[in-house]
Amino acid sequence: MKPGAARRATRPVLYLLLIGMAVFYLLPIYVLLITGLKSFAEVDLQRMWDLPTGIHFENFASAYEKLAPHLWNSLRLVIPAALISSMVGSVNGYVFAKWKFRYSNLIFTLLLFGMFIPYQAVIIPLVQFMERLGLRGSISGLVLVHVIYGIAITTLIFRNYYAGVPTEVLEAGRMDGAGFWGLYRYVVFPLSIPAFVVVLIWQFTQAYNDFLFAVVLTGNRTWPVTVALNNLAGSQIVQWNVQMAGALLTALPTLLVYIFLGRYFVRGLMAGALKG
Amino acid sequence: MTVIPAAAGPGNSTAPAQPARRRRNRDQWTAIAVILPSILATAIFVYGFIGWTLRVSLSNWTGLMPDYSFAGLRQYLDLARDPRFAIDIRNTAIFTVLFLTSCLVIGLFLAILLDQRLRGENIFRSLFLFPMAVSFIVTGVAWRWLMNSATGTRISGLNLLFHQLGLDPLINNWHLTDPPWGIAFIALPAVWQMSGFTMALYLGGLRAISDDLREAARVDGASEFQIYRYVLLPLLRPITLSVMIILGHISLKIFDLIVAISQNNIALDVPSVYMWRTTFDGNNYGKGAAIGILMLVTVAVLIVPYLVYSMRSEAEL
Repeated sequence: MKPGAARRATRPVLYLLLIGMAVFYLLPIYVLLITGLKSFAEVDLQRMWDLPTGIHFENFASAYEKLAPHLWNSLRLVIPAALISSMVGSVNGYVFAKWKFRYSNLIFTLLLFGMFIPYQAVIIPLVQFMERLGLRGSISGLVLVHVIYGIAITTLIFRNYYAGVPTEVLEAGRMDGAGFWGLYRYVVFPLSIPAFVVVLIWQFTQAYNDFLFAVVLTGNRTWPVTVALNNLAGSQIVQWNVQMAGALLTALPTLLVYIFLGRYFVRGLMAGALKG
Repeated sequence: MTVIPAAAGPGNSTAPAQPARRRRNRDQWTAIAVILPSILATAIFVYGFIGWTLRVSLSNWTGLMPDYSFAGLRQYLDLARDPRFAIDIRNTAIFTVLFLTSCLVIGLFLAILLDQRLRGENIFRSLFLFPMAVSFIVTGVAWRWLMNSATGTRISGLNLLFHQLGLDPLINNWHLTDPPWGIAFIALPAVWQMSGFTMALYLGGLRAISDDLREAARVDGASEFQIYRYVLLPLLRPITLSVMIILGHISLKIFDLIVAISQNNIALDVPSVYMWRTTFDGNNYGKGAAIGILMLVTVAVLIVPYLVYSMRSEAEL
């Protein structure tokens, strides 16, 4: 059992390495948290790493006051965007997985390209177009943009998921007289809850964390929280401690989603990363 | 009366099949109708808008009013002579090389560590991956204060931590280091955010490799190191390719992180930021469009072969 013994000897080293790396990943969150919990009186850049003397919420209250309307904007943006995106992705994925037609693979690939483009290559026409539709500056306009540029990834995730549904299951449904929508409603849709969770989380995170579309398509009343936070951080008047508390508040919704639904989040990442 | 039995002969088998086939045909058309809106939206918002941007990039458009008068390649030639754009390209190159190699090395390192079936694996995996869930703006705000370059009595952030730990030689100017190396430090928060993702992909790859393979190598007398070096790592090559493509295109488009950290510092400029500033602050639409098209071309060089390859390999299945 020599390899076993050697393995036991190296274990502590491995744990030490893991803990060291964990410190690196936790460091920024740690600073955001301890800064947020300090009282205004003990906030001091030169004592950044000192623990707070007690638990105070002054920094968070101050940041919340400034960010609250924008946090709500973000939620009003993200919830419809995620819901609509997942519906669109689901039916699209169903077609590309189970109703293949001539050139459907080519069309699918052409759709996928939209996932990778730098949005700088479409944003000038996009702004003009939204302006003409009277949607620039509105949250519904931003929802539309996230749904459209989300078509590629959501279709991809659902298509890959449905590809795993055996065709025999659909054939059986067909024998019972179900058509396109019947098969979707009674066979495919009930099977797709896991894919829905993945896509909902993915689109939620994407739309929530977006900055580029938001900064050019919304105005100061409709800014989502990422834009508001960036302005807060760029301001000379707002204290760094309030900025840090604001950063943590901004991160909170997606962090909560990650903490409670992390497994699905990771699966979504994999699906988005590795086609097929 | 006599017609019915006559038709019942061979017609019996086709009579039910005919409507079924017709039904299936109709369903196939329904399927196409269902994806039509997505195809149209992509045709307009992706391909149409790219074409439109291309047209703007070939125009004289400066100012608030659209001006599509043809300028040929003027905008591109101007960019070629533009010192700021030269900085952008250099910065993108430095950032991409550092960001990619660090993510690959750290991601692989963490994946191999976690592959040792240690206790608490799930917790560590979640810790390494959570920065992915956070917006680049949040990352930028946090790291801007961590990478504070003030010295002397105003020392703070990581420099202060180094000082308190007696690691003074590590104190540096971070992203305010003299050009061109300031941008190298912005790769640090980017690596913080994305290396966990690389780890997850590698770990997924390692776990997908059958244990028999490792066992066989062990029986042949290979050490753990040799098993990784000669058996497992070569099998991870497709994942390395995927990671390079995913992170590569993120890196070429990097925007929010730079905006949040650099706060308008030209030394840390990249094409996406230049495009945004020159278009929406400076109203140089023609120039902005040209930058957008150049970014697209760079990303396309990376992505198109990958997409074509995956389409082909799927057609073979």
